[in-house]
Amino acid sequence: MTWALDHLDEILTRAVQHAWLAGLPLVLGLLIALPLGWLANRKAWIHGTLLTTTGLLYTIPSLALFILLPSILGTKILDPVNVIIAMTVYTVALLTRTVADGLSAVDPATRQAAVAMGFGPVARVRSVDLPLAIPVVAAGLRVAAVSNVSIVSVASLIGISQLGYFLTDGYARTFPTEVWVGIVACVLLALVFDLVILGIAWLLTPWTRVRA
Amino acid sequence: MIRFDGVTKQYDTGSGTTSVAVDHLSLEAPTGKITVLVGPSGCGKTTTLRMVNRMISPSSGTISIDGRDTASMDVAELRRGMGYVIQHAGLFPHRTVLDNVTTVPRLLGVDKRSARARAMELIERVGLDPDLARRYPAQLSGGQQQRVGVARALAADPPVMLMDEPFSAVDPVVREQLQNEFLRLQSELSKTILFVTHDIDEAVKLGDQVAVLRIGGVLAQLATPATLLSDPVDDFVAGFVGRDRGYRALSFAAAPELRLEPEPTVPLGASAEQVRATGATWVICVGESGEPLGWVRAAAVTESVTRDLLHRGGTVASTDGSLRALLDAALSSPSGRGVVADTEGRFVGTIRASEVVPVIEARQAAST
Amino acid sequence: MNGALLDWFRDPANWTGPDGVPTRVAEHLRYTAVTLLIALVIAVPIGAWVGHTGRMRWLVTGANAARAVPTLGLLFAVSMLVGPLIKSDLAFVIPSIAVLVLLAVPPLLSGTYAGIESVDPEARDAASGMGMTGSQVLWQVELPCALPLFLSGLRSATLQVIATATVAASVSLGGLGRYLIDGLASRDYTQMVAGSVLVALLALVADGVLALLERYAVSPGISGRASRVARTRATSRATADSTLSVGPAGATALAGTSSERDRT
Ligand SMILES: Nc1ncnc2c1ncn2[C@@H]1O[C@H](COP(=O)(O)OP(=O)(O)OP(=O)(O)O)[C@@H](O)[C@H]1O
Ligand SMILES: [Mg+2]
Repeated sequence: MTWALDHLDEILTRAVQHAWLAGLPLVLGLLIALPLGWLANRKAWIHGTLLTTTGLLYTIPSLALFILLPSILGTKILDPVNVIIAMTVYTVALLTRTVADGLSAVDPATRQAAVAMGFGPVARVRSVDLPLAIPVVAAGLRVAAVSNVSIVSVASLIGISQLGYFLTDGYARTFPTEVWVGIVACVLLALVFDLVILGIAWLLTPWTRVRA
Repeated sequence: MIRFDGVTKQYDTGSGTTSVAVDHLSLEAPTGKITVLVGPSGCGKTTTLRMVNRMISPSSGTISIDGRDTASMDVAELRRGMGYVIQHAGLFPHRTVLDNVTTVPRLLGVDKRSARARAMELIERVGLDPDLARRYPAQLSGGQQQRVGVARALAADPPVMLMDEPFSAVDPVVREQLQNEFLRLQSELSKTILFVTHDIDEAVKLGDQVAVLRIGGVLAQLATPATLLSDPVDDFVAGFVGRDRGYRALSFAAAPELRLEPEPTVPLGASAEQVRATGATWVICVGESGEPLGWVRAAAVTESVTRDLLHRGGTVASTDGSLRALLDAALSSPSGRGVVADTEGRFVGTIRASEVVPVIEARQAAST
Repeated sequence: MNGALLDWFRDPANWTGPDGVPTRVAEHLRYTAVTLLIALVIAVPIGAWVGHTGRMRWLVTGANAARAVPTLGLLFAVSMLVGPLIKSDLAFVIPSIAVLVLLAVPPLLSGTYAGIESVDPEARDAASGMGMTGSQVLWQVELPCALPLFLSGLRSATLQVIATATVAASVSLGGLGRYLIDGLASRDYTQMVAGSVLVALLALVADGVLALLERYAVSPGISGRASRVARTRATSRATADSTLSVGPAGATALAGTSSERDRT
């Protein structure tokens, strides 16, 4: 406990780094997954190909990806960009399917009503399909967020600075307190992400709060 | 014979309170007959049915089958000896139609080949295309699934069938087909059937006897459909049986021998002259074997009688049908004369409502 | 770089001995298999029981919430706790396997639970109504119907274990992770990349094998391969899949298990 208080500054600095490494890919991943998920619902073959591809990406172990990316991208192995890109890949892999599911789960009657009212395809997606898919997409984002926070800590094995440092450093120095501080900090960060996503989804979907 | 003796079922509804679902029920479902349990939602029909195969155990009272107390029997053996059909069929989604139907025989140790051979036979018997046997339930319509459910229940040839609203999840047209085929099957198989429905029309149509339950699981009346319609014991049963019961009761009165009026007929394709030669405003058009096809209005025929010109509104009564069918034929006919056909379906003559009504009045006078 | 990588793979020295590729792959597979076996023995009966009775659902929710704990941290914490108590190699094998099991249980548990719970109650009712005994209902109806969701849980558990076993090399566990961790220590970048390629391949192959198994084992009546199957059903399955499969090294999942979402 005292150790944690003494190192509060360092913990906060690393937590902010960790939040960037886990959070930025969430936003990027969502921005990429939205059009991909939408595309996947257009044609059956796109659906199959996209979901298989993203599914395969998802099977690549994170440590392997952290190490492979520099040789593919030509970046330095210690460059945080590798982590951002790896996490974005995972986020896209997870969210494409969720977005596709969310968009296709919209009641066909609602969609037809929108078409009948004269919405064009783009306008319809923006003002009908997307809002209604928010709960499903948010659930997927929560899974991705918690997963990202945990995976990012693995990057400390290759020396990228974030909360995972406390885990590797504590282990190297045989100092359990530091490891536990790292664990608790990660769980708290995951919780913060979870609550933020829940909060945003809550604000964006007022209609789900009306009790029928 | 299934016999209920003072059977009561209480459910614990938590915090020490109980609710009575079935209350001191005593009744007999005779061997080879259809006994229908009918009543409003929540009156304990399902509970009653499920106590027979011990899916639910009675709080008190006994249920016996052919004199044997079910409580003393092995549960699995008891259940394998009765067919069980439920509302949405409850087919196994991971098994083909054929394998669904062979389930109970396989449980009983029948070898795969003979179980399958028998299943194919049953699949056809319940009116399914044998090609459907290799399909999975998700590839069938609701009505087809229900037929498979019936075939599955019949597979081990159990003497007893328990059916819980088996036809209520399909549309009215399919329901009617299923009911008719069910009656046809029963006339061949003579099972002892306990049939649950909330639809009084279905109860009256299918039941050899009908048990009306009221909320709280109390037996209100046990009677033949005819008695139920003509003589409900109290306001509850009268209300439940419904408004048109006077008319519906006529279903159970056999058509008497009445003097039918002969009628000029014309074949399909008859010329306008032939039609006009009959001198009638409405003329019956008959098919090749003499079956009535419909009425034709003489004035409407310009060249010859075509199918387009046939008026199809009228129903056809059979000489061995009911008073209700006779009256309905008369009431639905555009000419006011009801078409009657013999048991082979050939046109024999017509009858007017004014001739049917005195017969009905005479019956009433006789029964009071 | 690519040249160096090819040379690494061509070098016969890397294919023999205790740190040769075959040995490392075999080790990795052994850890994965042992872990999965233990996790299955724990998760399947509990998941089946919870799904069957509908009681103690919090077990599943709790197991899922536990996924928020970073695996790497848990791995270090457990080896520091247990390590000193054991002499011999088991000092890092046992903690590693324990953490891997902990990781594999939640997806298997949710998969089994959600699978059993998703069985049409009418089919279950019909099964016991026609005289199947409890275990017959379980084996002939519930488990076959639960198979798709169970297998997607198994797939994500397998991927997580394969991935995390790599990380466990940092607490001295053998397997393919050694190439990554040792390569890091000796700044042998080529070895690290080679190890990464091998792990990625192993994961792909394992996932492929399980996908084949899924095709073979799941009845076409459920998987929807028997052409027209209600669209809603296919969608709800896909949704459940995506929430269950959470996976790369040290991955965790807190939110939206399939069961939670099915209810909303
Ligand atoms: N497991 C249970 N626990 C408590 N009460 C029950 C239980 N099952 C049924 N009941 C109650 O027992 C009564 C009879 O239920 P039952 O299912 O037999 O009705 P039903 O006549 O089949 O109705 P429906 O036509 O709607 O199917 C109802 O009031 C119901 O609420
Ligand atoms: Mg009922």
